[in-house]
Amino acid sequence: MKKYFVVLGFFLLTAHCLLLTLHAQIAVKGETVWTMAGEPITNGVVLISNGKIEAVGSTASVNIPANYRILSAKVVTPGLIDAHTVIGLNGYMNQPHDQMALDGSSSVQPELRAIDAYNAEEKLIEWVRSFGVTTIHTGHQPSALVSGQTMIAKTTGRNVDEATVIPAAMIAVTIGQSAMAGTGKSPGTRAKQIAMLRAELIKALENSKKTDAPKDLKSEILMKVIKREMPLLISAHKSQDIMSALRIAKEFNIRVVLDGASDAHMLLSEIKSSGFSVIIHPTMARPGGDAENMSMTTASKLKAAGIPVALQSGYEGYVPKTRVVLFEAALAAANGLSKRDALALITIDAAKILGLDNRIGSLAVGKDADIAMYDGDPFEYTTHCTGTIINGRVVSEVIR
Amino acid sequence: MMKRIISITAAIYLSVWSTFGQDKPMAYINARIIPIVGPPIEQGILLVQNGKIKAVGDARTVRLPAGVQTVDLAGKVIMPGLVDSHSHVGGGSGGDASGPIQPDVRLLDGINARAASMQRAQAGGITTVNVMPGSGHLDSGQTLYLKLRDNAVKIDDLLIYYKDGKYAGGIKFANGTNSIRSGGGAFPGTRAKAAALVRDQFIKAREHGDKIKKAGKDNSKLPARDLGLEALIEVLDGNRVVHFHTHRHDDILTALRLQKEFGFKIVLQHVSEAWKVADEIAKAKAPASIILIDSPGGKLETTDIKFENGAALEKAGALIGFHTDDSITDSRWFLRSAGLAVRAGMSREKALYGMTMANAIMLDLQTRVGSLETGKDADFIVLSGDPLSVYTHVLQTWVEGKKVFDRADAKDYLIAVGGFGAATDGDMHIECFDGDIGGGN
Repeated sequence: MKKYFVVLGFFLLTAHCLLLTLHAQIAVKGETVWTMAGEPITNGVVLISNGKIEAVGSTASVNIPANYRILSAKVVTPGLIDAHTVIGLNGYMNQPHDQMALDGSSSVQPELRAIDAYNAEEKLIEWVRSFGVTTIHTGHQPSALVSGQTMIAKTTGRNVDEATVIPAAMIAVTIGQSAMAGTGKSPGTRAKQIAMLRAELIKALENSKKTDAPKDLKSEILMKVIKREMPLLISAHKSQDIMSALRIAKEFNIRVVLDGASDAHMLLSEIKSSGFSVIIHPTMARPGGDAENMSMTTASKLKAAGIPVALQSGYEGYVPKTRVVLFEAALAAANGLSKRDALALITIDAAKILGLDNRIGSLAVGKDADIAMYDGDPFEYTTHCTGTIINGRVVSEVIR
Repeated sequence: MMKRIISITAAIYLSVWSTFGQDKPMAYINARIIPIVGPPIEQGILLVQNGKIKAVGDARTVRLPAGVQTVDLAGKVIMPGLVDSHSHVGGGSGGDASGPIQPDVRLLDGINARAASMQRAQAGGITTVNVMPGSGHLDSGQTLYLKLRDNAVKIDDLLIYYKDGKYAGGIKFANGTNSIRSGGGAFPGTRAKAAALVRDQFIKAREHGDKIKKAGKDNSKLPARDLGLEALIEVLDGNRVVHFHTHRHDDILTALRLQKEFGFKIVLQHVSEAWKVADEIAKAKAPASIILIDSPGGKLETTDIKFENGAALEKAGALIGFHTDDSITDSRWFLRSAGLAVRAGMSREKALYGMTMANAIMLDLQTRVGSLETGKDADFIVLSGDPLSVYTHVLQTWVEGKKVFDRADAKDYLIAVGGFGAATDGDMHIECFDGDIGGGN
């Protein structure tokens, strides 16, 4: 009997130690702590226990227990959120074997799931994590009418299951020049794109009414859109394409998140009255093609108009293979947004658009302990990210 | 007839004005001046006249001449106009698919002086730029060194002329995967073949040059003209710099090996794996123009590119410049490259030197541009703050004493931040001119 208790005791001790390593108790001190849940705290501290935030406040008001590992930084922010990327599906080598965000066989493939292609070990994930990015909304890329599903993942985990937060977040739709199917194939015009999209939604709706309809993966997932359980993520840059997105949303009473949206600065009242959010193109994206009218000040204009807006690293076909939302937010801060509003684009406002603000996006008690640390103003070119914490674990300590 | 008289009168007037006329001297005062050569000057004075720098200093060292017009730039920063040693603004073309080595092809003959990208470069503070053809050839042709003057209606308006009447430019070479074609044909299928083709062509050029020298004044003994070989003879004579696109460490060493064999002037371009061979680059005294990319990869040769290239080359003692490779990075935030290099350990001084003087040296234009020194071209930029801060804007860009970009001007602001119509080519932007010049827009 006694022996039994000793064994049990050992077991509990081991389990406890294991738990400590997995979810260590950490106190993150910052000369400035941007909680994004109120004013920044000077000389603040964030207590972490069991992967969650246990306390946030000034060092004067929060007592740091003796057994907590203490990390210090000049500036502490919530872990950054990239509201739209393709990394994990697309890799840094840019070779056929690591480019999985677009299947060219058909223009309409909503059944393609991001979780079936996500490579948690992709180097670009490690790269953005080293700048403080802890959550990514990733998946099938723009440039097919319906390219597939997106997912939300933490930038950690050994495999897709460990990384995944939301396995099917949105369905990626593209309207405009980049989503034409090629000579002789449909869609070949903008109007045809919309006709095809309407036809798919109507087909899903009709299939759902039939009791004997054969199982159809496309209709099945599109029904989630029709039932407002899932939004369409519509990449549209030109003014007419954004208007088409709003029109189709109204027709089917579906939820839409506007993506890219270069011309959004010309449609502020229309977007505002739709109630939709915008995941705006990277601030440093290249102007040209459908995106010829993009402006570095659009994020600030959307914000001023009261339109929910977040920032994306987007899709890149060449060099750089991914952008870093920290850098893109920095340029937004230099072009009309306050530091706080620019940081919100990649933290709390992004969390709201992704429907995850109950878990991530700000430093508040009970939320996931996702934290980024910097040795100065995070937006300055010469500042370094000194550490990244995800779910209470230090996942990056490289100075970058 | 009437029209002719008017144009002749105008021509005479212009020539008289340029011979005897003196621009009013302008003094830009109270700014922090970073002259690049020499320490920064607080409350500095930059004196400009006739497109040249007359003096740089402060109230103790610069005497303002009579009739000078002063511009108070208190709180601002002045530094030399940026020099971009590798860009593709203007969308110029180079060699075609007919062969891998086309030294006869001139970017001059296929570039749009009115491209929006040219104006974006002005907005980024770039005043001198090496515009190159692409890297899909071992040699894709002759490059152009341009001054981004305003009012350009044609590319000739942007050229930089030497005393002998020739316009300035280099020649573009590349190794690695971009110029390799698996399909065979005239293009190389391997790296060794690529080097062999280049060696072969240089040897031909040397022999061609020897024949020309041997012929002397006897035209009957001259070899048949060969435009490509003539351009390569300029390279062998040290009169045309080779801008060598190269990424991987072994390709960098191959470029240096070719340079050593034929003795041409080289600038290593991109050098993504410079951190692996920094000592070799420094030892070869090969200038290196680097680029900072927001993430590694995008192509196999840049999977190992690092922000630390600048720091590594600085430690090794190499001459380091920067480039945009526009549109790989946008000219409007060229200064950001220096900022990121400093983030990764490069010194501020060398990074700013790399944006200006080092690049001027790489283009053999160091006597005219790259620093704020008496006698040099009055190419300078006015910044709202520290050049390495993300919050700093280029407020004004001046080329040869003329303002070519002003963030306070609505049209210029549109170019700087983007917006409706900002990316449209051919919208001629004219400073201080509201009339119709005809055929411009």
